[in-house]
Amino acid sequence: MSGFPALTSGHRPVGVVSFAQHDNVRRDGEHNDVEMLLPVIAEVFGNVGITKDDVGFICSGSTDYLVGGPFSFVGALDAVGVWPPRAESHVEMDGAWALYEAWVLLQEGEIDSALVYSFGRSSPGNLSEILALQLDPYYMAPLWPDPCSLAALQAQALIDTGRASEADFAAVAARARRSALGNPKAQLAYDRSPEELLREDYEVAPLRRHALPPLTDGCAAIVLAAGDRAYELCERPAFITGIDHRVETHALGARDLTRSASTTLAGQKAGVGKAGVDVAELHAPFAHQELILVDALGLADDVEVSPSGGALAANPIMSAGLIRIGEASTRIWSGLADRAVAHATSGPCLQQNLVCVLEGV
Amino acid sequence: MADEGVHYSADHVLEYPYVRSVGPTVGAFLTGLRDGKVVGIRGTGGRVIVPPTEYDPDTGDETTDVVDVGPEGVVTSWSWVPRPRPKHPLQTPFAWILVRFDGADTSFLHVMPASGPDEVATGMRVRPEFAPEAERVGHVNDILHFVAVGGGA
Amino acid sequence: MSEPVTMMAAPMRLDYVFTPGVAQGKNMHGLERGVFIGQRCPKCKKVYTLSRGSCPTDGVPTDEIVELSNTGTVTTYCVVNVPFAGQSIELPYICAQILLDGANLSFMGLIQEIPAGEIRMGLRVEAVWVPPDELGPTMASVKYFRPNGEPDAAFETYKEYL
Repeated sequence: MSGFPALTSGHRPVGVVSFAQHDNVRRDGEHNDVEMLLPVIAEVFGNVGITKDDVGFICSGSTDYLVGGPFSFVGALDAVGVWPPRAESHVEMDGAWALYEAWVLLQEGEIDSALVYSFGRSSPGNLSEILALQLDPYYMAPLWPDPCSLAALQAQALIDTGRASEADFAAVAARARRSALGNPKAQLAYDRSPEELLREDYEVAPLRRHALPPLTDGCAAIVLAAGDRAYELCERPAFITGIDHRVETHALGARDLTRSASTTLAGQKAGVGKAGVDVAELHAPFAHQELILVDALGLADDVEVSPSGGALAANPIMSAGLIRIGEASTRIWSGLADRAVAHATSGPCLQQNLVCVLEGV
Repeated sequence: MADEGVHYSADHVLEYPYVRSVGPTVGAFLTGLRDGKVVGIRGTGGRVIVPPTEYDPDTGDETTDVVDVGPEGVVTSWSWVPRPRPKHPLQTPFAWILVRFDGADTSFLHVMPASGPDEVATGMRVRPEFAPEAERVGHVNDILHFVAVGGGA
Repeated sequence: MSEPVTMMAAPMRLDYVFTPGVAQGKNMHGLERGVFIGQRCPKCKKVYTLSRGSCPTDGVPTDEIVELSNTGTVTTYCVVNVPFAGQSIELPYICAQILLDGANLSFMGLIQEIPAGEIRMGLRVEAVWVPPDELGPTMASVKYFRPNGEPDAAFETYKEYL
């Protein structure tokens, strides 16, 4: 036992002690959501030698629109097993927000550990159309703008400020996919130069194919443990010393798309700038968004950004944010990092952002 | 008959014929479109929000007076779609544009035909092309698309 | 000037390709052959009908496949007298929870060939399938259940499944 780090958020140290993710694939037409989750839940408990009966709370993140099946999140609980009846909750958001809810409950002190998981498949439906339904229903949704089209509006606005160029987007994509070569769970990894990537056609100008995330089926899970329990389960827990999330207006045309004010504020509340950052796992599905996030968080040049390859390497909907927290935690566990930042996003053009600071002792 | 390891799949459609009540603020904008004009609403400090919201998105203050804006405006950002998707408003290559109408302080999302990315630019002046009066119902699609003012990029 | 706009049509349609997964695929393959499939939990040994691949109690895969009987017991029921849109069965009709022999989970089925006034808990029933050339990977392969003539099951045999 090595004590606990000082906390910016909350009063009770809560650590990430286990993480598991499914293989990230373009299409898993063979298994249903429960069958995809089963091995991941088994792994996340198996890593720390506990069972479902050892956690005090279960929280998941998913959206039923992905499979077009109402209450599919209730069915997914079969992958955990909830008899005798369990304390459980669900958010219609990325699993990172489910982790936030579990962290809040752990602050209350009634429970010592929690399971967080999320799942989602991009393949059963048309993600471009499904995600249009999260937009303002009067002015935007009737036009069915897809996430790539909206991200491209943001990218063009960023170019117009003179702060970034298409070449910068390509450089981000090239680095992310090269990093992904070292990530066995990556779906898209390659070693190609930015110059080569810039010869690709526009998917939606000014974004070329390399600047887009892959479409991914996947799921992920994390175990959180508080106080001494964290050390019982993990030699070097990744303690959440700061966590906050902020949202911006639904009115896309009222936002400055070239800045992420919500990320900046969440980062400040989570204490990102209180000390140096070794590694940052950023949920930037589109290449230019990484540049906006690095700027918004005030990350120094020496911060290693998304060594997993980030969402450009695999973007399992509803899980890509939770996976950032998991990936950052693995670097704390291994001692590769002492202080890490994990970020998750939701909504069009980085509308909503969660920032989490993880520290080892 | 299928084998043991067979993988079934079936088409599945989710469809709802929603009709939304729009309220007075969104209603003012949609009424304007039906009548062939564009309106916004005053927010905090007198700024004009288009499309109008019930509250100022930044401050949460209740918005007040409906004011006429445009119909011309300026492109504040754009993206260009070479291969439109089936539900997109236009089925030939087009640009998504954020338009700040003259007299407005926020931007409105719509589309503009463009055969290439060089046909649209930030700062470009544009105006809405309305559907014929008899076809307008009070919907964002009452604007068919935008066109460059003066007819060229 | 005409009336202000107060309503807006906002039709929504999304198209999916549904895939049932391994476990439900096996159930469907059974239905296609006119056989009910059960899946046994390796831990609690319960057999689930129409399993999604996991024991909802233990959270482990239900890998063992068992073919279930064509007969079962009505655990509980209701008699439907209310007409509704799309109704295809004559009123009144009986909707019952049926526990197949060898299974530890009941499911809902239609009961026919018995007057509504004679339905009861414990009634022994058998599945009536559509003709072989109409069988498909769907519950529609089961036309309905009907009494099979056996004496009623004792309450103790199904009280766990209510």
